Amino acid sequence: MSGYIIQRCLQAVVVMFAMSVIVFVGVYAIGNPMDVLIPLDAPQDVRALIIARFGLDLPLWKQYLVFLGNVAQGDFGRSFVYAIPVLDLIVSRLPATLELTLAAVIGAAAIGVPLGIWAGYRPDALSSKTIMGVSILGFSVPTFWVGLILILTFAVWLGWLPAGGRGPVDVVLGVEWSIFSLEGLSHLLLPAVNLALFKLAMMIRLARAGTREVMLTDTIKFARAAGLSEGTIVRHHVLKLIAVPIVTVFGLELGSTLAFAVVTETIFSWPGVGKLIIDSITSLDRPVMVAYLILVALLFVTINLLIDLAYAVLDPRVARSRAA
Amino acid sequence: MSEAATPLGRFWADFKDSPVAVVALVVVVAIVVLAIGAPWISPQNPYDLGGLSLLDARRPPGHIGTGGYVHWLGTDAQGRDLLSAILYGLLISVQIGFMAGCVALAVGASLGVIAAYAGGLIETLIMRIVDLQLSFPAILLALVLVALLGQGKAQLVTALVAAQYAYFARTAYGAATTERRKDYIEAATATPLSRTRVIFRHLLPNCMPPLIVVATVQIANSISLEATLSFLGLGLPVTEPSLGMLISNGFVYMMSGRYWISVYPGIALIVLIVAINLVGDQIRDQLNPRLRR
Amino acid sequence: MSALLLEVRDLRTHFFTRAGVVKAVDGVSFTMERGQVLGLVGESGSGKSVTGFSLLGLVDPPGRIVGGSIRLDGEELVGMPLDELRRLRGRRIAMVFQDPMMTLNPVLTVGAQMTLAIRAHEKVTGVAARERAASVLTRVGIPDAAARLDAYPHEFSGGMRQRVAIAIAMTHSPGLIVADEPTTALDVSIQAQILHEMRELSRESGTALVWISHDLATVSSVAERIMVMYAGRLVEEGPTATVLRDPRHPYTRGLLDSLPATARPGQELRQVPGNTPSLLALPPGCPFAPRCVRASERCVEDPEHRVDAVRAFRCHHPLERAA
Repeated sequence: MSGYIIQRCLQAVVVMFAMSVIVFVGVYAIGNPMDVLIPLDAPQDVRALIIARFGLDLPLWKQYLVFLGNVAQGDFGRSFVYAIPVLDLIVSRLPATLELTLAAVIGAAAIGVPLGIWAGYRPDALSSKTIMGVSILGFSVPTFWVGLILILTFAVWLGWLPAGGRGPVDVVLGVEWSIFSLEGLSHLLLPAVNLALFKLAMMIRLARAGTREVMLTDTIKFARAAGLSEGTIVRHHVLKLIAVPIVTVFGLELGSTLAFAVVTETIFSWPGVGKLIIDSITSLDRPVMVAYLILVALLFVTINLLIDLAYAVLDPRVARSRAA
Repeated sequence: MSEAATPLGRFWADFKDSPVAVVALVVVVAIVVLAIGAPWISPQNPYDLGGLSLLDARRPPGHIGTGGYVHWLGTDAQGRDLLSAILYGLLISVQIGFMAGCVALAVGASLGVIAAYAGGLIETLIMRIVDLQLSFPAILLALVLVALLGQGKAQLVTALVAAQYAYFARTAYGAATTERRKDYIEAATATPLSRTRVIFRHLLPNCMPPLIVVATVQIANSISLEATLSFLGLGLPVTEPSLGMLISNGFVYMMSGRYWISVYPGIALIVLIVAINLVGDQIRDQLNPRLRR
Repeated sequence: MSALLLEVRDLRTHFFTRAGVVKAVDGVSFTMERGQVLGLVGESGSGKSVTGFSLLGLVDPPGRIVGGSIRLDGEELVGMPLDELRRLRGRRIAMVFQDPMMTLNPVLTVGAQMTLAIRAHEKVTGVAARERAASVLTRVGIPDAAARLDAYPHEFSGGMRQRVAIAIAMTHSPGLIVADEPTTALDVSIQAQILHEMRELSRESGTALVWISHDLATVSSVAERIMVMYAGRLVEEGPTATVLRDPRHPYTRGLLDSLPATARPGQELRQVPGNTPSLLALPPGCPFAPRCVRASERCVEDPEHRVDAVRAFRCHHPLERAA
């Protein structure tokens, strides 16, 4: 087991290095930051000075090594636009995004898994077909469009909820939260629902497919033959059997939801990382882009790693076969 | 010979069993025809800025404009007839969706099949990259690429292809590794046919069914992604208003109750995407041997 | 309590598929006494497993019991509300399946699965349930049972897994256990052990067994009575020794001839000619007629059930009784 963990961790480190090279070269090879950094009317010697200070005269691989050295010390550079360290900038925006994402994914799982199990348990019931119809809509309709409709309905027409912004936050354990006040919750609700709908559709489909397959197995027949009630069978057997793929997707989705939050944050003016990256793309703020992408890559690699390890715990057969 | 005798005929006979899918297919075909016919059937050319009048700006549906005809779906902030703008926007969506889908299919399927056939280092290299990319959300990749490449149709298609080819590669690889073990490939390899020929004439065609399913889903995804990027202001230039941009432009006016500028393009977009997905769903169910009775 | 445990009358279980109605079980009748071991033999697709599942009301859609009666201790099971049926399953009638790898839940510990089975019918604490589980496991021959409760099914060998499944079926000492090919998936050496142990357990606890198998040899070593099934019908039924020594139905004869044990070394084994017919397109009358060497025009009519001194059979042209 421990051999397996070490092997997976090493793999993750290699992947992270590869990602950092790709991101660095990708972002730095295209677009000229000097146009952003240096006023067009600046004299030639000032130009040279600035280029030298940012190390832009070095060959790409040297720039990369310098960058890597700085990153090792926790320095991702300074934002061209905000003129503060990039890491501070991102960290200051992170809690808003994390809160939004967690609310969306947990909500989607809490509602989607039971609905999906029901739809898989009684595939021919009208209620199940309705659930599946809704999930196709959830899959198909673009997130930004759902966001618009939510704002139109609940903020413009009904006037129940605010149309955007994060509203007041409470500081708990040194982090800003929206969920601890009614006002904060009212700001969180629409963006969270918006972000959750796609995930909800996915959870429903996943749970349904898993349940349908599991219900046909001899395991369920055997449990029925032992006189277990349908409720017990679903709660203990089915849930446990479909847990592995669901946890996988749950983890993966946590990551991709963070990325998808880009759209939702823009629509609802949610002051998170997603809005930051969109702004930095439009203003060609390279250090922010690079840092963001590398952090997202780190996030994905970590999530993948955790999922693999969780697999090993949830399904005792995995660790054995993979370690062998 | 009866219709059901050919594989395609059988497929169509099964397809006809699902009324929802048939309706969806009709809708897709209708939208494609309308989109292609946009220059001839739409009352106005929305790209011709000279033909627009600000007097017509932000008029509700049913308004009769200075042009003397009815704006059935209203007008936008520049005084564009929305119906015309939507038809032209659909054309862009359909073009980009199909182009991105087809190129991604060609690139991804080739890579997947080559990886499966070649094995060894090539296989490891291709599939590691593909897997890595699959764990990365497509929208983020497309976003960054569009930001780097700049605006324009070609750039957008490139970004979409780069974001989506991995799905095709994975699918083709999966199908090809199972196909490869079958006897007919062994037999083809034993004949003096070139490797390329074996891959593209024998292996690839037999991996097509799952790829077709992925292709329908990815075309819908491309359309949705394009709209999202355009909505964020990163997709197409302002001179080519796609559906996403129309929606984005109308967003500001939504707050003041001028819903139609955003809502009608949005409905057109959703109908297109949902219809494609429903067709894709039906094809997938039909091709899934486990659900066959 | 009377000696009669189970009475099945004219049981019909049909599957309503797209291609047509499959009469998997078509008019099966038999009775069982307490503690009796009954062998149910037939080729795959003969309806023997469906018969077993029907006894527990476990027929999956598109299948359904369309007629007949199943009485357990005089209580009618056909048409019984699902909830009452559930309370019966595991307590008074239980089942063991072919492959324990497929029946045990791979992601639950053996202890957890046994506890679920115990608590399905008895309100006991978790600790008490674990103790019960350990004692039942010990009874079916699992060494160090208490410690093995926290193990997962894949940590057991095939034979041990099947013992766990048997333990779950035996938990509430049911009057009847339906064993559907319980040894088929096991190694030959383990098969004999399990066979022996199940017979012992049934004897000790007075549990009756319906032993379903395609393998006449296995069944004959465990069952007191044998029923031979073909295309959804019983074609011959009687005491094991009589049926084996002196079959009346040509199909039973064919099965016996194909057994290696009955052949001399070097002699070619004889097979029943032809294939199991499609249940969608059964010939009129006796379904075995197309494969039967003794068939005549009469066989297009359904043969009656006929009875000699000790057994029943269903054939127009039965084999003569040996003297």
